[in-house]
Amino acid sequence: MLSIKNLHKSYPIGDSQLHVLKGINLEVEQGEMVAIMGSSGSGKSTLLNIIGILDEADSGTYTLDDVPIKDLNEKKAAVYRNKFLGFVFQSFNLINYKNALENVALPLYYQGMARKERLQHARFHLEKVGLLNWATHLPSELSGGQKQRVAIARALAAEPKLLLADEPTGALDSATSHEIMAFLQELNDEGKTLLIVTHEEEIAAMTKRVIRLKDGVIIEDKKIKQHRVKAHV
Amino acid sequence: MIKYLFERDTWQEVLGSMSKNKLRTGITMIGVWWGILLLIALLGSAKGMENSFNKFFGDFATNSVFIWGQNTSRPFQGFQEGRRVELTLSDAKRIEENITGVEFVVPRNQNQAQVIKGTQSANFSIAGDFPLLDLVQKKKMINGRFLNTSDIENKRKVAVITIDTYEQLFDKDEQAVGQIVKINNSNFTVIGVIEEDQFDNNNIHIPFTTFQQMYNLGEKIGWLMVTGKSEYNIKQIEEDTKLLLRNMNNIHPKDQRAFGSFNLGKEFGKLTGFLKGMQFLTWFVGIATLIAGVFAIGNILLITVKERTKEIGVRRALGATPFEIKRQIVTEAVFLTMISGLLGIITGGWILIAIDAMFGQGLDATLVNASVPISVVFLALMILVALGTVIGLIPAFKATSVRPIQALREE
Repeated sequence: MLSIKNLHKSYPIGDSQLHVLKGINLEVEQGEMVAIMGSSGSGKSTLLNIIGILDEADSGTYTLDDVPIKDLNEKKAAVYRNKFLGFVFQSFNLINYKNALENVALPLYYQGMARKERLQHARFHLEKVGLLNWATHLPSELSGGQKQRVAIARALAAEPKLLLADEPTGALDSATSHEIMAFLQELNDEGKTLLIVTHEEEIAAMTKRVIRLKDGVIIEDKKIKQHRVKAHV
Repeated sequence: MIKYLFERDTWQEVLGSMSKNKLRTGITMIGVWWGILLLIALLGSAKGMENSFNKFFGDFATNSVFIWGQNTSRPFQGFQEGRRVELTLSDAKRIEENITGVEFVVPRNQNQAQVIKGTQSANFSIAGDFPLLDLVQKKKMINGRFLNTSDIENKRKVAVITIDTYEQLFDKDEQAVGQIVKINNSNFTVIGVIEEDQFDNNNIHIPFTTFQQMYNLGEKIGWLMVTGKSEYNIKQIEEDTKLLLRNMNNIHPKDQRAFGSFNLGKEFGKLTGFLKGMQFLTWFVGIATLIAGVFAIGNILLITVKERTKEIGVRRALGATPFEIKRQIVTEAVFLTMISGLLGIITGGWILIAIDAMFGQGLDATLVNASVPISVVFLALMILVALGTVIGLIPAFKATSVRPIQALREE
């Protein structure tokens, strides 16, 4: 479902180049739940951005759901992002003047879905994260965990093939973190493919496969026995 | 695109982001609102001033010059300097025949006379006039008629009086036409009452020939008024006329003081020039203000785009194309300019109404019918929308030139 071969990426820093990714090879199958680990500067965020079509590789190939992702213009990239990918950010990135329901419906808006249908979908996904009663609340009226759940609902709204989470629990306390991870595990159980960037071993242990990055190369890639978490909401 | 404009979501997005940024929305709107308000108020006032000038001059032939005789300042052909020059009817006839571009020549005489009506008695300025006067200096009749050729031919003792004169001599609501008044001890029949005229301070008009006889003037005339056809230069007519008059009256061709004159056309030209200049200034100031306002919008949008970089990044991560982002920002800009422009037009209209109420009432109003043609209003609105689009494009391009990844990194 996701295939990366010999991927390189550097950023210009002044006159020199910072080689961030030095030949990444990665295959992810449908239904996997993968943690990408590494200290800051290891290149994990860059990799996630390239996978998320938010950034472009310098060389190497990247195929997502049998579609080669290369030399896309912004318009095409936007369509692919919308169709293939759902994003969950560390800082939630909800739009603060839109209520929970509207936030969830936003990707569908960009898909061109009619309003009524869109809100219906959004309500369905909001119910899935257990926040239907909070539909009309603004992000500022929600707790951190609730915000992240709204963000997850938003990421799921467009029925993406791949869910990308960048430190999804980074801004949450451990109880809430567990709650979010439990929910992500449930999603995975339903067959969703998940890619989670984290630096916490505890979080990584809750996935099924851990990939460790160091200085731009994969130093370890192993399947693990998933540590199941129970949501104690 | 049309569909886009009528979608509820479009406006929800626009209004959402506008109401979220109330301060910048407010400031921007004030900028454009003030610009268009100023434009309308200024243009309307300028128009009002122009109208009031036009009303002031009314049907008066502005392309005209008044000429009267004075004393010579140079000796010529045996005549001493200092000789009194007096115009005659034959001068008037010659001017009419020989000067190109002349439309009418109107000779006039005037004097002071004692006028008695019943027990009322007062001194009035009295003029001997031809019916022609009515053509160059339209007399607004309140009652009766003006002098006619038959009055002239028969040297009739008839008089046309102004409304002020009427009020001094007659009782309120008294019928003046047909009544007898005594002018210098002769009985005159009042045939008409006219409105006051800024350009004619005579109270009573009687036939030219009657006046001649009454004061025993012979061919002499006090002064004359020459009007030019509109396509001729009144300055040239004035020069030509004076030269002809000097030739006919044995006056040195370069004697500038022998005839006095007042060139109304020239003065009027200055005035219309002034008005034109003021109108230009008004447009200039108005449009400059407008542009400044629109630039303020652009500037503030640009700032908020920077503020909203993250939001724009999120939207793009969720699948918004750069076009959709641009479209939203441009829509916001156009909507802002439109709304504030319309508000400016409305309040500008109120100001014109207020101006009209304060300065536009009464006979000697300083600003008559201060208004702006609807076409100008629409033009201004079009300019606004066009500028709004252009100015909206700048932050829109700025917003989409940032890669979403960078946008999301912004903290």
